[in-house]
Amino acid sequence: MIRHPSLSRRRFLGAAAGATALAAGGLPARASGLTVGFIYVGPKDDFGYNQAHAEGAAAVKAMAGVTVIEEENVAETVDVQKTMESMIAFDGASLIFPTSFGYFDPHILAVAPKHPEVRFQHAGGLWTDGVHPANVGSYFGYIGMGQYLNGVVAGHMSRTKKIGFVAAKPIPQVLMNVNSFLLGARSVDPAITCQVIFTGEWSMAVKEAEATNALVDQGADVITAHVDGPKVVMETAAKRGAYICGYHANQSALAPDMYLTGAEWNWAQVYTAMAQTALDGGTIPNFVRGGLADGFIKMSALGPAVTDAARAQFEAVKAEILKGGFAALRGPLNDNRGNQIVAAGAALVETDLALESMDYLVEGVVGATS
Amino acid sequence: MTQTLPDAPLFAQALGPAALAGLARRAEAVAIPLGALLAGLAAFSLFLAALGHSPAAFYALVWRAGFGTGFSWENTLSRAAPLLLAALCVALPARLGLVVIGGEGAIALGGLAAAVAAGIGGPLAPALMALAAMAAGGVWIGAVGWLRHARGVNETISSLLMAYVAIALFNHLVEGPLRDPASLNKPSTAPLPDALRMGEIPGVGVHWGLAVGVAACALSWLLIERTRWGFAARIAGGNVRAAQLQGLPVGALVVGFAALGGAFAGLVGLFEVAAVHGAANASLMAGYGYSGILIAFLARHNPLAIIPAAVLVGGLEASGGLVQRRMDLPDATVLVLEGFVFVAILLSETLYGRCRVFAPERWGRA
Repeated sequence: MIRHPSLSRRRFLGAAAGATALAAGGLPARASGLTVGFIYVGPKDDFGYNQAHAEGAAAVKAMAGVTVIEEENVAETVDVQKTMESMIAFDGASLIFPTSFGYFDPHILAVAPKHPEVRFQHAGGLWTDGVHPANVGSYFGYIGMGQYLNGVVAGHMSRTKKIGFVAAKPIPQVLMNVNSFLLGARSVDPAITCQVIFTGEWSMAVKEAEATNALVDQGADVITAHVDGPKVVMETAAKRGAYICGYHANQSALAPDMYLTGAEWNWAQVYTAMAQTALDGGTIPNFVRGGLADGFIKMSALGPAVTDAARAQFEAVKAEILKGGFAALRGPLNDNRGNQIVAAGAALVETDLALESMDYLVEGVVGATS
Repeated sequence: MTQTLPDAPLFAQALGPAALAGLARRAEAVAIPLGALLAGLAAFSLFLAALGHSPAAFYALVWRAGFGTGFSWENTLSRAAPLLLAALCVALPARLGLVVIGGEGAIALGGLAAAVAAGIGGPLAPALMALAAMAAGGVWIGAVGWLRHARGVNETISSLLMAYVAIALFNHLVEGPLRDPASLNKPSTAPLPDALRMGEIPGVGVHWGLAVGVAACALSWLLIERTRWGFAARIAGGNVRAAQLQGLPVGALVVGFAALGGAFAGLVGLFEVAAVHGAANASLMAGYGYSGILIAFLARHNPLAIIPAAVLVGGLEASGGLVQRRMDLPDATVLVLEGFVFVAILLSETLYGRCRVFAPERWGRA
């Protein structure tokens, strides 16, 4: 890091603001309040992970006294380190949301100690007290519960008793969603099976389309996904006549008739609260998690195809989850290789830390983690 | 006796025709790419203006974010560092007439090999990591050269396909047998111990890959321009039949230059693992191998010219963020600009030898 001892931060910012106004043809200089930076790993209109965060950023943008700066398609390399530093140097950002999971280690961890006055907030829940810098925070939501609700609706709507899941990588967060989707459906009909196909990549449209077609070919008639941008999965499945359950963001616009519901992030509520805390001069907690009840996740409005029976059970289970302490994994439960996961009478509630190192697919899921 | 040129300018008369002819040839090699660069920037200005954006504001931002401050240079050079070595993976085989576009695979395997070598440990670990990275990349691209020479397989296609194979192999190993069980949601190899992490060049704020990249470009230039192997390679690149008739070891040259290029690409992986990521994971596939193609062509496969070309592209990429934030232009804007410049440079290839002002005869050599 090159230091500029002769250049104070204030002078530097003043010059930057002046240059901006000049360069951008007389745009007003930056407001004196809080500048918040958002960094996305993909396009912010991907109908998925990045769009969910961008919707949160849009809500922050609407707050008084806050300037929002955004950058999309930033790779998980030295690129993101420089983007964070550039937001600090050129825009005076003091609160930064590098939203991709892969930005945390080593990138945020490399930049944060150099800029103790800036707060870095990361989605993914990796921050550990005593190990990671104090000006870094992490937050995450129990979105597996959303996939459980997707599964409840899917269980009612499936005629073939086969549902399908297009997944990126067999990592704990993804496995939690696959298992929750199947268990939600099995809460309706224990005969249902869920076929999962891993594409191996977070964003690879061709493989996602192939996987979707393969699932439909094998009889799956309700499809959901966990990839960065589920647009291709949703469009392909709907075109093949399968119902779809959304993920990350609301994808109902892609196929309104086939869209049942969806598990969405509700970052608008989380981000405005954090920005407000920063505006008020307060301290954002380093470690924040929440579920449906805390407003971290939300469900898409039920689509027109959803039957009354499905709607009734969806609302009942949702009310149950909103009470807190809901467990999708209840014993006795085996994985799909026959090993016992949860003993009879036991349950893993949504907040259970054991769920965060999940490395199995539950009985009823057709597929393998490796 | 020096022949005088009555119609030449005064300085020309002072220098003498041989020196002038050489100077004219060098000037051509600088002026044409520079002119093409300016033409590309001018064409892009029209594109921006047609979309209702101010080209002046755009270039002011590019300058500011890429070259205008100390931080801008740090940003630019950080992005240029991997591109130097990646471009050599294209430029070196190109001197033998091979178009190798699969450097990305050598980068992935080089990084993986370095991470595995780090696990062996011991006092020789740093050297072992470098050797492993170079060997992995060298074998991969060397194989492309061998397939071309021994089996007549088109190296452009085979190198690209080999890159897909390399990345699939990389993902299989990193998400399977070599996965660190603690890397739950971002599958990675075991993290490097702190002693094996590479720091920054003091006072520059960029990792050592930059210095190694510049040195590799300089050495490659010496190899091509100042050694008999380089001379032989240039002949084989110009006319394989003639080279074979002369008894030059064309096969060894093809495999050797491809392997050397691959070894440099492998080093990109080493620096990404040791200086940036601290482990091998999917973030290694950041497209450096593909950007290297652009830079090698911008530099017309001249290793020394790779340095300014990489700095230029690094600067453009460093400015992409500020352009997005300030002008509300999509991130692809900088890619479009790179495309304009790339096409302009390729078109300018046809100008060599056609501009009379650079003709050696004009300056006195018959």
